[in-house]
Amino acid sequence: MSSSFQLGRRQALAAGFGSVLLPSALSAQAPAQRPSEIKIGITTFLSGPASVFGVPGRNAAEMLAEEINREGGIGGVPVRLFFVDEAPGIDHLVGEFRRLVQNERVDVMFASISSGSCLACTPLGEELRKVTLLWDCGTQRIFEERRYQYAFRTQANATPEILAPLLYLLKTRPDFRTVAVLNQDYAWGRDSWEIWKTAMDALKPGTRVVAELFPRFGATDFSAEVTRLLALRPDVILSTSWGGELDTFIRQAAERRLFERSTFVLPLAESSLERVGRSLPAGHIVGSRGDHWHQHPRPANPQALQRFVEGYRRRYNAYPIYPTYHMAQAFSALRAAHAKAMQANGGNWPSDAQLAAAFPGLEFETPTARMRIREDGQGLEPQLIGTTLHSDRFPFAVMDNMVVFPPELVTAPVGQNSVAWLRTLTPDMVNRVPDPIRAG
Amino acid sequence: MTLPRIELLLALLGAAAMVLAAMATPWMKFVLTIALAKGIAVLGIMLLLRAGQVSFGHALYVALGAYAVAFLAPALPDAALLLPAAALVTTIAGTIIGLFVSRYREIFFGMLNLALSMVFYSMLEKFYHYTKGTDGIRVPSLGVAGLQLDRVTYEWTVFGTALALAFCFGLFARVYLASPMGQALAAIKTRETRLDFMGVSSRNVLLAAYVLSAMMAGCAGALIAMTSRHVTPLLSYWTASGELVFIAILGGAGGVLGPFLGAVAYELVRVYAAATVADMWQMILGAVLLLVILFARGGIWGLVSVRLQRRRTA
Amino acid sequence: MGDWLEQNGALLGLALLDGIASAALIFMVAVGLNLVFGVLRVLNVAHGSLFAIGAYAAASIGLFAASAGLPGWASLLALLLAAMLVGLVLGPLIEQLLLRRVYGEEPVLQLLVTFALFMILEDAQKLVWGVQPVSFSVPVSLMGTVDVPFGTDVIPYNTYQVVLLPAVAVVTLVGLALFLRRTLTGRVILAVTTDREAATAMGIDARRVYLLTFTFGAMLAALGGALSTPTASLVPGIGASTIVLSFAVVATAGLGQIEGAALTALMIGIGRSVAVTFAPELEVVVPYIIMVAVLLVRPQGLFGVVETRRV
Repeated sequence: MSSSFQLGRRQALAAGFGSVLLPSALSAQAPAQRPSEIKIGITTFLSGPASVFGVPGRNAAEMLAEEINREGGIGGVPVRLFFVDEAPGIDHLVGEFRRLVQNERVDVMFASISSGSCLACTPLGEELRKVTLLWDCGTQRIFEERRYQYAFRTQANATPEILAPLLYLLKTRPDFRTVAVLNQDYAWGRDSWEIWKTAMDALKPGTRVVAELFPRFGATDFSAEVTRLLALRPDVILSTSWGGELDTFIRQAAERRLFERSTFVLPLAESSLERVGRSLPAGHIVGSRGDHWHQHPRPANPQALQRFVEGYRRRYNAYPIYPTYHMAQAFSALRAAHAKAMQANGGNWPSDAQLAAAFPGLEFETPTARMRIREDGQGLEPQLIGTTLHSDRFPFAVMDNMVVFPPELVTAPVGQNSVAWLRTLTPDMVNRVPDPIRAG
Repeated sequence: MTLPRIELLLALLGAAAMVLAAMATPWMKFVLTIALAKGIAVLGIMLLLRAGQVSFGHALYVALGAYAVAFLAPALPDAALLLPAAALVTTIAGTIIGLFVSRYREIFFGMLNLALSMVFYSMLEKFYHYTKGTDGIRVPSLGVAGLQLDRVTYEWTVFGTALALAFCFGLFARVYLASPMGQALAAIKTRETRLDFMGVSSRNVLLAAYVLSAMMAGCAGALIAMTSRHVTPLLSYWTASGELVFIAILGGAGGVLGPFLGAVAYELVRVYAAATVADMWQMILGAVLLLVILFARGGIWGLVSVRLQRRRTA
Repeated sequence: MGDWLEQNGALLGLALLDGIASAALIFMVAVGLNLVFGVLRVLNVAHGSLFAIGAYAAASIGLFAASAGLPGWASLLALLLAAMLVGLVLGPLIEQLLLRRVYGEEPVLQLLVTFALFMILEDAQKLVWGVQPVSFSVPVSLMGTVDVPFGTDVIPYNTYQVVLLPAVAVVTLVGLALFLRRTLTGRVILAVTTDREAATAMGIDARRVYLLTFTFGAMLAALGGALSTPTASLVPGIGASTIVLSFAVVATAGLGQIEGAALTALMIGIGRSVAVTFAPELEVVVPYIIMVAVLLVRPQGLFGVVETRRV
């Protein structure tokens, strides 16, 4: 963060005390003037355990903003970023959201990693009539429980992110009879298990669940759980955990040879691969909350993927993980929507409402695919699932036998509740799963 | 002018300043409503501090009040009914828990409160199907006394309610502290045994203050839920309880204005810290707290009242 | 009951093993906190930060040792070294610069000084070690596993967790007990714990005892962190979750009671692992249930002494 940037904020904040603001309802309709900069508010985790995602997300945002500004900005206007930490809690987050919208007058908000934050910010964005892009949170509840005019998700949601690994398991190792789960005890852990369980009961009825373990969020030891799983010998162990907890679980399970007894399905492990190195053995199923993988077998735009991966590695000395791709998707969608809105407005600068109107049906490029935002605001993002493999090229496990799931196959249709939709699935769905691609 | 008069005058001035700030900037209205709510909760903490007892778990009642609003709102979508309901729920919970914890003193008192709030926190996460876990519960838009208000009017109403409640509770706390029950609280801190010799049940004295503090925290929670319109288990985490004690000391435990001064200062420092260095706000808050304890032990109210007294004697 | 035991006895045995291993770590952290509280009467919230910093420092030193090509056993020394270093540097610094200024003040002020410190250190630790999980598992791999029979099956356990950790905890417990009861310095510490006024009246230099105890407590916190490094990935926030548990242990154990801390840690560790096996949903609240149950029966904690009421 540059010092002039900080000063600017402070001045703006101080000026806010004296300014008399128009009723915010007016701002959406007012004819928009071309601003001197496009302000983007980004809520992300900057402290606490979830900062393992939040900080890479911020890093990617800073890198992308610089890149965009070098190329002349969005619609010829440079972008400026404002970050908000999600960790202190909802009352702080909602206050900051209001400050950014009402005082800093940001043009668009990128909201939240945590589902709780998204559930709080999305209705607020709607009330304030400010375009809010849900850049990373997974809860499918948002667009299934309510319609929004100003909120859009530029990535998938929990349903495809969990259904895809299950279908992959059914396609590649159909002969399992028992399953155990070890998820973090919070909304994502519980939701993802409900999705898995519902889909599994429909796609492979009769599978027995032998243990449902939900250790405390932030736990640092899973020895007792590993013991339990060693004794139970389930065919499959599902864990949607992430961050330090997933790293710890993988290491403790590896040390005690749990990987030899059961097949692991780890839908978020892409974000841990580099850190856990070769502790994660070959032959287990890994996902990445989307089609994010620096060794993607068939990226839509290989140059763009390579530029993104190399740029991020050069700058931050690590491979980009899924939140960084999610951030790139949000920026790409904003750019595309802006161009579309400006065109629809006869080349004039779009208002908030005009910008929002550009998102339904919007198509935009990501390094790995071409994505679309549905009319209900939900993004359609492919899902890449693979099996771990040790190779000489990398000091950590990489994905092999990769399946790229088309989003239409695994996403609940518009207007349908995910859980209700999952119940209607039939075992022949597995036949529609594309064939795996070997690592290059 | 006597000190109580000046205190009242200051309170009125402060209230006027808040209204002006809220009029000038809409987001300040939000921040100040939260600050007033927290100030009310801290007022309760201050009652207990009079008795020398620190509760490291009052976020339990804030969260309980907030969740009461979130749970009852679909059936009872009116703020004028939800606020008393939240107060009632927390009063009952405070009485039951108070009967247990008022037997303990100092660290045991503090830690039992901490433990109970952590149990509540875990329950909010465990009973996922009812509480939606960390996702939290959205509070629907509420009417006030039968009227359906638009967003801006609603926000002003909650802000006004918070301000009015802050005044009422502040006045009440003044009267309470000056009453025999309040005086007995201070006696628990100095020489509790003497109270027993006088035939006063120190346990009941503490219990009364505890129930009051639970009720105030419950009202605070209800106001927070009505303002932020989304409640999550984080409200009851132990750091949230620590925050309340932090505000009590920051504001100064000497007068009833202290908690509100502290809460406003706390929220503003946090907002400014977050605006300048989004990822280092904790360090800045911690440093402010350290400076206050080391160099301004009476808190903000202490600084103010010393000035005032000096002027009077001069 | 007999039937149940027959069916689940082996499982219970496994749960006991896990419980003992986790109790060892809980004890290491809580005993330092309890010792400090016993002597200084300050409930040190920053104990959690010292735990976290100890853990991170152990990972850094361990990784450095590994990259310098030092043999495997050096990694165990790295853990110890990290703990000593953190304790000896931060302990006196905190005691002299901060705590010394608030002795004799109200307990709430003392508590908040450490709370403020906790907040500062939480961010400072992020500045030094970043937010990506840090880990150092060489000691665990080095010591390998032991196979515990389970029916016709075997369950591999980490030697580090089921042998080394409990051993360190027992050595610490016995060593502390001997130190406190047999050495002069130890007795002085005990004297201050029991009755500060009488001890100072008899010419004991309380300030020196405070400095010593706090430094020692900081070392124990850092050692607890360092010992947890090989099995856990370190992330921001580990200090916060550690300290709440330690609070529960201290209140349950009775103030300043090291044997109480050991017994409480055992109850909590075993209670939690038994819960994971038989009633996983209860695991989180086990420490608090134990605490409330103990305090209902013994309001001054397991080994606590009823304080004389002042008139």
